[in-house]
Amino acid sequence: MKQNKRKQRRVIPGFGLSLGVTITILSLIVIIPLCSLVIFTAQLSPAEFLKTVTSARVLASYKVSFTTALTASLINAVMGLIIAWVLVRYDFPGKRIMDGMIEIPFALPTAVAGISLTHMTVDSGWVGQLFGRFGIEIAYTRIGITVALVFIGIPFVVRSVQPVLEKVDPQYEEAASMLGAEKSYTFFRVILPEILPSLIAGFTMAFARCLGEYGSVVFIAGNMPFETEITPLLIMSQLQEYDYASATSIALVMLAAAFLILFVNAVLQSRSSKIVSGIE
Amino acid sequence: MEKKYYVEMRGVNKSFGSFQASKDIHFGIEKGKLIGLLGPSGSGKTTILRMLAGLETEDSGDILIDGNIVNHIPASKRGIGFVFQNYALFRYLTVYENIAFGLRVQKWPKAKIKARAEEMLQLVGLEETAKRYPNQLSGGQRQRIAFARALAPEPQLLLLDEPFAAVDAKVRQELRSWLREMITRVGVTSIFVTHDQDEAIEVADEIIVTNQGRIEQIGSPKEIYRNPQTPFVAQFIGQSAEVDNFRQFTGFTNAESNAERAIVRPEYITVAKQGEFLKYSLDAEEGVVEQTAFRGNEIELKIRLKGNLLTARRLLDDAPVEVGEHVRVFISRVYAFDEQKAYVIENAALNTQESLVI
Repeated sequence: MKQNKRKQRRVIPGFGLSLGVTITILSLIVIIPLCSLVIFTAQLSPAEFLKTVTSARVLASYKVSFTTALTASLINAVMGLIIAWVLVRYDFPGKRIMDGMIEIPFALPTAVAGISLTHMTVDSGWVGQLFGRFGIEIAYTRIGITVALVFIGIPFVVRSVQPVLEKVDPQYEEAASMLGAEKSYTFFRVILPEILPSLIAGFTMAFARCLGEYGSVVFIAGNMPFETEITPLLIMSQLQEYDYASATSIALVMLAAAFLILFVNAVLQSRSSKIVSGIE
Repeated sequence: MEKKYYVEMRGVNKSFGSFQASKDIHFGIEKGKLIGLLGPSGSGKTTILRMLAGLETEDSGDILIDGNIVNHIPASKRGIGFVFQNYALFRYLTVYENIAFGLRVQKWPKAKIKARAEEMLQLVGLEETAKRYPNQLSGGQRQRIAFARALAPEPQLLLLDEPFAAVDAKVRQELRSWLREMITRVGVTSIFVTHDQDEAIEVADEIIVTNQGRIEQIGSPKEIYRNPQTPFVAQFIGQSAEVDNFRQFTGFTNAESNAERAIVRPEYITVAKQGEFLKYSLDAEEGVVEQTAFRGNEIELKIRLKGNLLTARRLLDDAPVEVGEHVRVFISRVYAFDEQKAYVIENAALNTQESLVI
């Protein structure tokens, strides 16, 4: 007798269709451009590739990009945490408006942000004048780049920490206080571990985004080779010279860096979710 | 001489917005006792517990611990152990670190922390879980760790908010006797909140019954059970059926009381089949069985008696009773109540037969 194999039914229909759509979209926006990147780069021999991505000017640009992006993301991690804390824990007039303002960097064209930041921080601008008195130049320096990147990255941190902080059970704090703990001790020992995974997620997303940020930075950076030239700008200038192979080579390095950052984040997230889910 | 209380509340009131959660709460607890705060949900029992802990601030009145007014002492300085309903174990700290938390806060020397944490783990019998995280434990284990964590800093008072609510029935039964034993062994004054009367009656030395923000009655489980003083307690405790006019039952016709309504509990009802021996046969009445239900160790019957539906029990080994069967019913005691008070009234037959000679 022929055995009747039962078809497993899914509770929610439409799996085939929705998976198809997902794969199509992912291919269009991620996989195809990535492949073209690799294909273009493959025009170069390994030696040529290595030479392109390790030339002095390119190395200097990595350094500029990494240091500014890292500094900006660290600042964002601290500031974003404080903003999220204020928005979740306190009630005050204008809280809603403030909450909405967090997303402006997402919505604003980055070039507009770059231009207005530059305008304010040049020596004649009112922020620039203020700092100029102490001998600090912002526009056309790495500080300027960092300022632009802080602006770009802040929503990533706030928006990843905020929902998690909202869900932290107030009983944890009560339990800590019943055990005699002061507020600050409770924060560092009990609350911070609860929100740390989301803070790391926000930090790494901001970091990855800042590494690739172009629009807002080009105006404020001054773009001096070896000094304030970021890697994305270098890619852009290679493209303007129709040197597609060099441009994609450098882009590939950036891609690897971004991938590495997101990978580290994923490892950290899975570690913390193991503790929370209780599966060894 | 006035009794010396370890924990006391004097005229405490508390409102949340327009909802008054505590109304003129007055009670005292002796040192070393295990107290159950019993009441339906929303009766204000948790609010009382949280005010004692310092997690809520009372609107008026005084809270005294060991003779001192603690109204203005923050929760972290009251030195009270608190076990939360969902345990609130810190998820990112190991079991050991959870227990050591209170000791580290109080800056105990390292060696003493280690010794005390290990002692507590041993006390609750979970030494092997020291390095695990709370979410790797079962519900019952978490409960024990929460208990150990609260007791580690050697509090003089232990508060437990619905300590058995989050575990399943089997574990709950085990934990009840376990907790009773632990608290007796440690000798700490304890107050626990529960909405489960069986739990309160089984575990507590003394029960405080709350309803609608007020304390209804304070007494030993036996007193609460046998002598309910308010209509609410009479209805809330035990498995009870309410009757509108208890004088219609034989033996209660001439009861001395203004009350008309009454509570009849299954344990005061004897049910006999026709022809079965019944001690107070003359005073029994005839009822009709409407429903029978198997309850594991006994059979629960719903019996229609003069228009009232009463709940009664028969043992598993008694001759089976069928639905629709006419049975003889003898009620030995009812709890009559009016608007303010509850009264215990016994069947007249119990007295007459004993003093039959007169």
